[in-house]
Amino acid sequence: MAQRARPLSPFLHYRWQYTNTLSILHRITGVLLSIGFFLLVYWLAAAAAGPERYQAAVGILGSPPMQLILFGTAFSFCYHLLNGVRHLFFDLGHGFELKTARASGWAVAIGALVLGLGLWLVLRAGLGGAA
Amino acid sequence: MSLRSPLRTVTGLGSAKGGASHWYVQRVTAVALVLLGLWFVVTLASLGSGSHAAVVGWLSSPISSALAVLLVVTAAYHALLGLQVVIEDYVSDHGKRVVVLLAVKFALVVAAVIGVLAVLRIAFGVAA
Repeated sequence: MAQRARPLSPFLHYRWQYTNTLSILHRITGVLLSIGFFLLVYWLAAAAAGPERYQAAVGILGSPPMQLILFGTAFSFCYHLLNGVRHLFFDLGHGFELKTARASGWAVAIGALVLGLGLWLVLRAGLGGAA
Repeated sequence: MSLRSPLRTVTGLGSAKGGASHWYVQRVTAVALVLLGLWFVVTLASLGSGSHAAVVGWLSSPISSALAVLLVVTAAYHALLGLQVVIEDYVSDHGKRVVVLLAVKFALVVAAVIGVLAVLRIAFGVAA
């Protein structure tokens, strides 16, 4: 007897919406920040290794392909921090009203883009100034 | 007092094990990282040029080096907890999961030790 494939609901029937976008972005930025952590350690270790090694490291960190990674890290930092605070409020039982959750979600998204861009410029200035 | 039935204890299945403390420590490190992260970013911005002298001068102060050590350790711990959940969600094969978890743990611990030692070297004036 042929067996009918069982429906896989609800996994395939969820509508993509802002809540799960923000949620998965928190996870993705968290993973990216873990990579950024290794960059931070690399930078600190280079500073501890003396001026020449530090200059070499700054040259690598300031190179064009690394700029993209630095921007990703800067954006991830701001997003994960802002959305993390949002989630801490959720954990305390606040901010679940549709209107509030949507507003805080927008604030996180826009804030992360603006602040991330600012942080990236700070990093650029620091690495450029040292080269 | 355990609310688990004797059978559950024997089979080792059932809920959480260390789940509650994992969840809680993730939040505690999150709050700490909000403060340490903001401090770190504001400091970076105030450093202006990221010259070697500026970085060494910054980390030579006892408070800065202490906060930098805390940042490295807390960030590694928080990353470990977070990556663990991600790995447990997406790597379903038990053997692979153990290997990946161990690799990530080792990498983070090694990086954290390097980071702490680097800050201490600068703080104690070894890397002038």
